[in-house]
Amino acid sequence: MTTKLFGEPIPRREDPRLVAGAGRYLDDIDEPGQLAAAFVRSPHAHASIVDIDVTGALEVDGLVAVYTYEDLAGPLAQPLPLLIPHPSLRAARTPYPLAKDRVRHVGEAVAMVVATDRYLAEDAAQRIRVTYQPLPPVVGLDAASKAGHLVHEDVPDNVSAHLVQEVGDAAAAIAAAPHRLHLELHIERSASMPMEGRGVHARWDETDRSLRVYSSTQTSTSLRFALAAKLDLPVDRVEVVTPDVGGGFGVKIVHPWPEEVLVPWAAIRLRRPVKWAEDRREHFISSAHERGQQHSVDVGFDDDGRLLGLSVKFLHDNGAYTPYGIIVPQVTSTQLPGPYRLGAYRVEFHSLYTNTVQVTPYRGAGRPHGVFVMERTMDAIAAALGLDRTVVRERNFIQPEQMPYDQGLIFQDGRPLVYDSGDYPAALRLAKKLVGWDEFTAVREQARAQGRRVGIGIACYVEGTGVGPYEGAYVRVETTGKVVVATGLTTQGQGHETVFAQIAADQLGVPVENVNVVTGDTRRFAFAVGTFASRAAVMSGNAVAAAAGKVRAKALRIAGEALEVDPADLSIVDGVVSVKGTPQAAIPLASVAVLANPLRYAFDEQAKQATQFAVGGGIHRPPVAEDDEPGLAATGYYSPVRSTFANGVHAAVVETDPETAEIRILRYCVVHDCGRLINPRIVQGQVHGGVAQGVGGALYERIVYDEHGQLLNASYMDFLIPYASEVPAIEIDHLQTPSPLNPLGIKGAGEAGVIPGAAVLAAAIEDAEGIPVHRMPICPSELWELRNADHR
Amino acid sequence: MAEPMHEVALTVNGVPRGAAVPARRLLSDFLRHDLGLTGTHVGCEHGVCGACTVLLDGEPVRSCLLFAVTVDGAEVTTVEGCRSADGGLGPVQQAFQDCHGLQCGFCTPGFITTVTAYLRENPDPDQEQARDAIGGNLCRCTGYQNIVASVLRAAQLQRGGAG
Repeated sequence: MTTKLFGEPIPRREDPRLVAGAGRYLDDIDEPGQLAAAFVRSPHAHASIVDIDVTGALEVDGLVAVYTYEDLAGPLAQPLPLLIPHPSLRAARTPYPLAKDRVRHVGEAVAMVVATDRYLAEDAAQRIRVTYQPLPPVVGLDAASKAGHLVHEDVPDNVSAHLVQEVGDAAAAIAAAPHRLHLELHIERSASMPMEGRGVHARWDETDRSLRVYSSTQTSTSLRFALAAKLDLPVDRVEVVTPDVGGGFGVKIVHPWPEEVLVPWAAIRLRRPVKWAEDRREHFISSAHERGQQHSVDVGFDDDGRLLGLSVKFLHDNGAYTPYGIIVPQVTSTQLPGPYRLGAYRVEFHSLYTNTVQVTPYRGAGRPHGVFVMERTMDAIAAALGLDRTVVRERNFIQPEQMPYDQGLIFQDGRPLVYDSGDYPAALRLAKKLVGWDEFTAVREQARAQGRRVGIGIACYVEGTGVGPYEGAYVRVETTGKVVVATGLTTQGQGHETVFAQIAADQLGVPVENVNVVTGDTRRFAFAVGTFASRAAVMSGNAVAAAAGKVRAKALRIAGEALEVDPADLSIVDGVVSVKGTPQAAIPLASVAVLANPLRYAFDEQAKQATQFAVGGGIHRPPVAEDDEPGLAATGYYSPVRSTFANGVHAAVVETDPETAEIRILRYCVVHDCGRLINPRIVQGQVHGGVAQGVGGALYERIVYDEHGQLLNASYMDFLIPYASEVPAIEIDHLQTPSPLNPLGIKGAGEAGVIPGAAVLAAAIEDAEGIPVHRMPICPSELWELRNADHR
Repeated sequence: MAEPMHEVALTVNGVPRGAAVPARRLLSDFLRHDLGLTGTHVGCEHGVCGACTVLLDGEPVRSCLLFAVTVDGAEVTTVEGCRSADGGLGPVQQAFQDCHGLQCGFCTPGFITTVTAYLRENPDPDQEQARDAIGGNLCRCTGYQNIVASVLRAAQLQRGGAG
């Protein structure tokens, strides 16, 4: 191999384009004759549609078309797909592309307007008069579970799904335990909030009868199949291209959105390109949210703090629809055990409809809630027994020698939840050292003596990453020596152009500059699943390695024939295949690529080498062998038997102001183990970004609905994403426990940083204040209220 | 009901540019869709995120909060204009790559214009000043750690240090 690239923190290959303003995001696509779409959205959380009067819109210059549900037919007039069916989803409901008779949340699309530009489309949308008959809205989990009013008239208890998993007899174990605790632990609603909203651009080629759709999506391949089905087109007449995407964090895995089917449909009907780029308010009221859950915990433990039984019942607010099934609560219920041996465990959840925006995964996808529950429980046990919080954790850890460890549960991929590897005690030791845990008692007391309140918290997590079913990759060496890599999953800033190039370059012995990576373009790779669940590096990384490995083997075989040596005696360095120890016996990879494609026509100088009168060889065998294909190219797939489990420990030190209740993070430390690192710089960046979202979710960000179902903070003025001033310096230490499940030994890293945020900051605030913190996020006024309640 | 159009002529990245637009055309839309300079991004349309920041006569402004007609005759610098004289990456752009100061890149143009203006007045910031300098721009990907480092690196590059 050339210089080893795997593990090197090389600069990102996508950056020169992006820092120069030469990225190409969805709304950057403009072409002649293009139309713009805008949507009329419900101002009511729950209402019947009595009448839609479009006459006012007709006066708008530039108006091209107005569509309502009445205009839809065939598959498009049916509800959008239920993406992840699950047996526990007893009353799944998905929306129509445009509301049919009834709206169920503020922001639901009622009509689509198409005009010559977006300003005019919005003018026309404002002139459409919709008459509504308001219905009583269901807002919040309390109202949903009381079921005094219904979100869907045919779902009498507002329950979409109910699931129980149990390992052992938790009730009996808790009843028999020497110590028991009950806790109520709540997490409020938040949202992914990528800086770029959703968007879709569609172009219909009438001559070719083909459709090209650009979408700011986390899955282009599945969107393509969904569009073919919804628009009744052959799959091969539909291509979906993901341009540069300005962040996703989960929300863009949902597909097809109403806008994603309607914009292409309009482009076909109007025979003109149509674009819709979501504005920020639309993103708040019509995409998806996450996080809102209420958990009720019963735990039994022994005198040493060892868990004997844990029972968790929780309510999940899924909003008005369930297109993404039960993934979020299912992940909470299965990732809640974390790095611990639980004894007996029972978990039960109800997923409930409310008249709010639908809930689908946001980075962490149920894990931040589960970790909050488990870690708050650990702290409560330590407090009850007067033990150090880290000691209780140590006593309950699964040990490295117990790996692989079967938690006895079924994970989100329908497969057994078996941890593949990890050293949880080592991670905790590192974190304690990094944050100075053992010295903190003195720090706390010293601060107290000065009238300051400081506290420390620690939180551990295990994260299932790299879920299946599969990803694939195509690798081809061009006759220029350049390498083309294509994989089907999409990119939203994770640096895939860099890390997949590192993997391919290592396998093929070429400089990384010679490798060009394409993601999320169905023209280049048709079979893929998507980017979610910290899976891209694990899945496509291993697929790229597999494909590049095949190409390498083929290159060595062809070079061996050309050089008349055993392929085992060859190596590839800097794009040249040569005999080990005899570097003058060599052939460039570019020439091998020429030879790999037997030709009749010499279309360029190089091609002459591969034409039929230039190539020697036996006349009694076919130019392309039966088990071979032309070209120095191969496709590879990676499909794991089950997920791989990353883990980590976060520790934080906070200071709370005794008078104002302001909360300031003094230290934030991360120990992170995602197996082998492909590019440490990129992994570190992923952790940084995750931590910032964790801090946001713990102290600042929340989606606030009033009792009428109006979203009160649908702007960046009021939904407080942290600025640089709110995110502390982040100190990171890595462990690298390879995964035995995949050839590269890697685990996912994308979501890790956010997962223990609420748990660790609640713990630190509790430690500073001496008041239990059982609900997150927490802002200064809420801390002030907690203090007052504590004094009463 | 056709809207009256207004000629807007200004200098963008040193080049005279112009177009006829309605009075309500936002500067951000004018730059992106009338002049084709799509490096300027729009994240919130209400002046909070800073992704649309451009330099108006050298000063950072939110182009989503300005009408194009109000800047007739002005000099505007966008991220496309932050390149170095030889056409390569400018020092601030280079610093963001060197320090992994971006992930999805959507907010990056607003940071690059903001930092460019800041360093002109403050060529040698310390860590805290660098953090303050970017305090009005939102990034959802990076957690700002590497953006702070990018500001310091850019200052170093501008001072001529390869370091």
